[in-house]
Amino acid sequence: MAIKVEHIDHIYGAGTAFAQYALRDVNFTIEDGEFVGLIGHTGSGKSTLIQHLNGLLRASNGQIYYNGECIYTNDYDMRALRGKVGLVFQYPEHQLFEADVFSDVCFGPKNLGLSKEEIDARAREALGQVGLDESFYRQSPFELSGGQKRRVAIAGVLAMHPEVLILDEPTAGLDPKGRDEILEEISELHRKKGMTIILVSHSMEDIARYASRLLVMNQGEKVFDGTPKEVFRHYRELEAMGLAAPQITYIVHELQERGVGIPQDLTTVEEARDAILQAWKGK
Amino acid sequence: MLREITLGQYYPVDSLIHRLDPRTKLFGTLVFLVSLFLSRNIWGYLLATAVLTAVIRMSQVPFSYMIKGLKAVVILLLISVSFNLFLTSGEVLARFWIFSVTREGVRMAGFMAVRLIYLILGSTIMTLTTTPNALTDGLEKSLGLLHKIGVPVHEISMMMSIALRFIPILVEETDKIMKAQMARGADFESGNLIQRVKAMVPLLVPLFISAFRRATDLAMAMEARCYRGGEGRTKMKPLHYSGRDHVAYGLMLTYLSGIVILRYL
Repeated sequence: MAIKVEHIDHIYGAGTAFAQYALRDVNFTIEDGEFVGLIGHTGSGKSTLIQHLNGLLRASNGQIYYNGECIYTNDYDMRALRGKVGLVFQYPEHQLFEADVFSDVCFGPKNLGLSKEEIDARAREALGQVGLDESFYRQSPFELSGGQKRRVAIAGVLAMHPEVLILDEPTAGLDPKGRDEILEEISELHRKKGMTIILVSHSMEDIARYASRLLVMNQGEKVFDGTPKEVFRHYRELEAMGLAAPQITYIVHELQERGVGIPQDLTTVEEARDAILQAWKGK
Repeated sequence: MLREITLGQYYPVDSLIHRLDPRTKLFGTLVFLVSLFLSRNIWGYLLATAVLTAVIRMSQVPFSYMIKGLKAVVILLLISVSFNLFLTSGEVLARFWIFSVTREGVRMAGFMAVRLIYLILGSTIMTLTTTPNALTDGLEKSLGLLHKIGVPVHEISMMMSIALRFIPILVEETDKIMKAQMARGADFESGNLIQRVKAMVPLLVPLFISAFRRATDLAMAMEARCYRGGEGRTKMKPLHYSGRDHVAYGLMLTYLSGIVILRYL
C-alpha cells in the first residue's frame, strides 16, 4: 500500500467570505506500481488533491498514510516524503531558474543532501530518461523550446528518485508529437522501473491508453474509481460533469446500436480496430 | 504565508462603505491620513480611533482579516519606533550603554506607532471595500484637473490599476513556484539569514521571468484591442455621487474640524 487517503476534506479560506470546500470526504488507496489516471473538470479539486499527497497542502480533516505511516504526525519528515512522492506541477517549466539545464536538474537531489557524484549521476540518468542528451547540459533552460523545457522540469523531479510520480497535466500546451513523446517516457518509467504513476489529464484518449485505473473527481468529491472500461461505461454521467469518454467509445456505441456485434467496453482505438475487423471477418 | 498581504485585495460584501462613491472614499482616506499628522495630543488620536472603529464596523470586513495586512510592516514599524524611542533628546528616563530613553522619545514612539498602524488600516479599508477598477476610476476623475497642466492622469491611473490587479496574481504565482520548489526539496523556512536569502533565488528568478512575460503579454493584448490611452476615451459606467456621498463629505469635514480644534486644546 503506497498511498492511503482517508476521509480528507479541504476547505479554502475557512472563516472568511471566500470559504469553500475544495475537497469533501475523499477516500482511496493507491497500491505500489499502479498507473492511475485522475480526471475531472476544471475546479473539481484534482490539483488540490494531488498537493495533499506530498504534504504541500494539509487536509482540513482526515488522514493520509504513506507506506502505512500517517504523514500528519508531528515528527514526520515532510522533506523526505517530497523526495519519495515526486510532484510535477502544471506548466513545470515555470519553476526553472538555474543558469544551465544540468544545474537545474541537480537542484532536487542537492536538496536531499547527496554526494556530488551521486547528484551528478542522478541528473545524467534523469535527463536520459526524458530523452535529453549531453548537448543540452550546458544550455540555458530559458532558450529551449516549450517541450524541452518541460522535459528538463520533469527530469528535475525524476532526479530525486521518487517512488511515486504525480504529474499534473504534463502535456498541456504541447504539440501532438511532444505530447506522445512525454507520455511514452512516463509509461516507460512505469513499465521498466515499476514506478507508481498518478497522471492528471483532460485527455480521455491518453488516460484510456496508459492508465490501468481511473479516479474521477467532481466538485471536490470522488465520483468514480475503477478501470477505464468500468468508468467509461458511465459516459453519460461523465458528460453531465463536463467530461467525456474517449471518442472511440462513442463510435463503438453507435456501431452497436446499428447491430454490429462488438463488445461495448472498448476504450482505445487499437482495441476497437481489432474488434471491428473481427466482426467484419465473422460476417 | 504570502497570501497574508491584504493590501489591494477587495473583500466582497455589500456594506454602506462598499457602496460609497470611490471618490468619496479616496477623499475620506486622505482626510484621515491628514488628520493623523495634524493630531498632536491624545484627544486627537482618541477621536481618530473612534472614527476608525466606526468605519471598520460599518464596512463589515472582519477585523482579523484587516489585521493581516499589518503583519507585513511589523519590521518597518519596529525600526521607526526604536529610532524614535532612542534618538529623541529630552528628559532622560532610563539609560543603558550609549542609548538613552527620554520622556519625549516614549511619547514620540507611541504616537509614531499609532500613526503608522492607523495609516495602514485606513488605506486598507479603502482597498478592501473598493474594487481596483472603481478605485482608479475615482482617482482618474479626482485628479482630472491635473490633466490640464500636462500630467498624464489617465496613464498613471491605468498603470495603478494594472499594478493593483497584478498583486493577487503575483502572490498566487509566488505560492505556486514556492510549492513547485518545495516539491523538489527546497526549504524556505529554516537556516540562517544567508541560507534563507540564498533559498529565495529559486523563487525570485522564475517569479521575475513570469512577471516580465505577463507584462509583455498584457501590453500585446491591449494593443491588439487598439488601446491608445486616455484621449477621447469614454466610460462605460461614469461615476455619480448619491445622497450618502454628500452625507459622508459632511461627516468628513466635521471630523477634520474636530481634529483641528483638538490640536489646539
